[in-house]
Amino acid sequence: MTDATADATGPIAHFLRFTALLRGSGFAVAPEQTMAWLAAIELLGPRELGDIRRSARATLAPPPERFAEFDALFDAHFLGAIVPGLEGEPSDEEPMRAAEDSAIGPQPEFADETRESGAEATTAERLFARRFTPGDESEKLRRFARLLPRRVPLRRGYRWRSANAGLGTDTRRMFRDAMRQAGEFFRLRQRRRRLRQRRIVVLIDVSGSMKERTQAHLAFTHALVRAADSVEVFTMGTRLTRITRPLRLRNREQALATASLLVADWDGGTRIGDALDAYLAVPRFAALARGAALVVLSDGLERGDPSAMADAVARFARLCWRIIWLTPLAADPGFEARTAGMVAARPYLDRLADGGSIDSICANVLDLATENLGNEKAA
Amino acid sequence: MPVRQTIVGISSPRELEDALRAAYYLADEELATAAYLALALGKPLLLEGAPGVGKTEAAKAIAGVLGRTLLRLQCYEGIDAAAALYEWNFPRQMLALRQQSDAAITLDIYRDEFLIERPMLACLRRPQETMLLIDEIDRSDHEFEAFLLEFLSDFQISIPERGTIRAYERPVVILTSNRTRELHEALRRRCVYHWIDYPTADREMRIIMMRASGVSERAARAVVTAVGRLRREPLAKLPGIAEAVEWAEAATLLNEQGARWPEAFKRSLGVVLKDEDDLVHIAPRIDAILNEAQA
Repeated sequence: MTDATADATGPIAHFLRFTALLRGSGFAVAPEQTMAWLAAIELLGPRELGDIRRSARATLAPPPERFAEFDALFDAHFLGAIVPGLEGEPSDEEPMRAAEDSAIGPQPEFADETRESGAEATTAERLFARRFTPGDESEKLRRFARLLPRRVPLRRGYRWRSANAGLGTDTRRMFRDAMRQAGEFFRLRQRRRRLRQRRIVVLIDVSGSMKERTQAHLAFTHALVRAADSVEVFTMGTRLTRITRPLRLRNREQALATASLLVADWDGGTRIGDALDAYLAVPRFAALARGAALVVLSDGLERGDPSAMADAVARFARLCWRIIWLTPLAADPGFEARTAGMVAARPYLDRLADGGSIDSICANVLDLATENLGNEKAA
Repeated sequence: MPVRQTIVGISSPRELEDALRAAYYLADEELATAAYLALALGKPLLLEGAPGVGKTEAAKAIAGVLGRTLLRLQCYEGIDAAAALYEWNFPRQMLALRQQSDAAITLDIYRDEFLIERPMLACLRRPQETMLLIDEIDRSDHEFEAFLLEFLSDFQISIPERGTIRAYERPVVILTSNRTRELHEALRRRCVYHWIDYPTADREMRIIMMRASGVSERAARAVVTAVGRLRREPLAKLPGIAEAVEWAEAATLLNEQGARWPEAFKRSLGVVLKDEDDLVHIAPRIDAILNEAQA
């Protein structure tokens, strides 16, 4: 796609280069939108640059919060204005990347002691692999896995199914039967909405401040992935990694070991806002959060910009069905959100609760589907 | 890409803006461009914005300009095909069966007369006379959004008993969303998009003067200034344009009955702020805001 646009000549090449520039800056522009834009330009004349700008906004549909950025790129491309940051000046912080667990291929060997010594340590990030040993929480997790299937959050499906005792009569089906039975109704048929499990998305903080707990968190998510139909698990530290696939392995020790190989940023710094942004920047990941129950296992100690974290949580709040944030700090009964990041994010959370032990995490996740949860947001 | 050069004699955004003004809707240049492009390119128009900025009003005005019947589909959580597409008229089917119980085999109970049209089917069957407004789509579940995606790309639906029904021309469709949640990228992509913001003070004043009867220019300006201030406060429910118009009207009414000016605004505050918490929050500063607005 990009190659083709670069090669295109003639008057439309300039417009195509603009859409390529937008894609390069992280805007999602589909080919049909480009076509609509070109058709719009032709339709409008265009008499002035304003026409082109307005038609670009209407057809390429940048999200409202990025209008300013969009306009800056537009000015840069069509007016030759200088945009700070576009010149590719070297930034001191590596941009957050999202890692994919399907690229697991070349390194299936785990439990390798030499990895630890070969760890690369940089000033900004400490990346090394870690080995997991199964804890003694097995019995609690087994009990959790037994209880979960009956208590996962459900959503109503779009389709109906017939049922013996339902919420309404399945009139359509009764008429189909009646047609076969000379217009007589013999049986009352009922129907109800099909129920489906809501997806549960778990984000695990693996930064240094959560060091003590990451192992228990991974063991918990392994139990969760095995027990529920639709779960996605990510770790976030200085980068974001999807670890759902290795956690699907039946054997816990093996699952945790494979997962831990994927995660490269154990015990590094915390950039929660950036990690959440990185999650939302991948459209496929963002789609996973749509209508899902989001569980964040983190102490919320944000080293980056607290307002960035609040903005990201606000975006999650619009995507997700519910957000619960489980922090070990809340094990203290007098706990209140005090750090700037947590205070700013608090209004968007449905629940901020104790995540200090496996017991409390399990209890909170089992309570996801209870009704009173939604009311806490107002409080 | 199919292009309609003129729509009921309108061949540029400028002309659409004028036509909308004649229908008592003040559109800015951006909205007029987006709406014109949607009509000309035969794509749905997606309007997003905070509650009360005039999304539904815009759709009504466009329907008025086009001279089409507006079919409004209000979305809600749990909306299903029976509410959006069609439903069989079961009582009539049953009566028809009973009346001809012997000839039940020859009776077709899936004829048109037994079909109850809902907005989306009605729009498909009469694409030239109707305009479909799918209101507050952010309230529906994502299954409905997925179904809508299919509907908006092919403009056809299938009824198992009847087969596929397809629009012979691309219908005009407008979608609105309050952005309480984000819509699917694929849906945004299929539409021409416009974000309606709160109007500028100048434009809001012209809206009030046009919509409200007998409001003096001074009162309108004071309302616009005060409402602008209120929108910067952290309120649960920000006052929309309709609230501003109503406030101007209510205060004018009280003023005619003898209330003095700042007092008239203050007593009719319930028209603008409809939340107890908001009223409590603003109470200590309301005098200062009104005095500033009056100046």
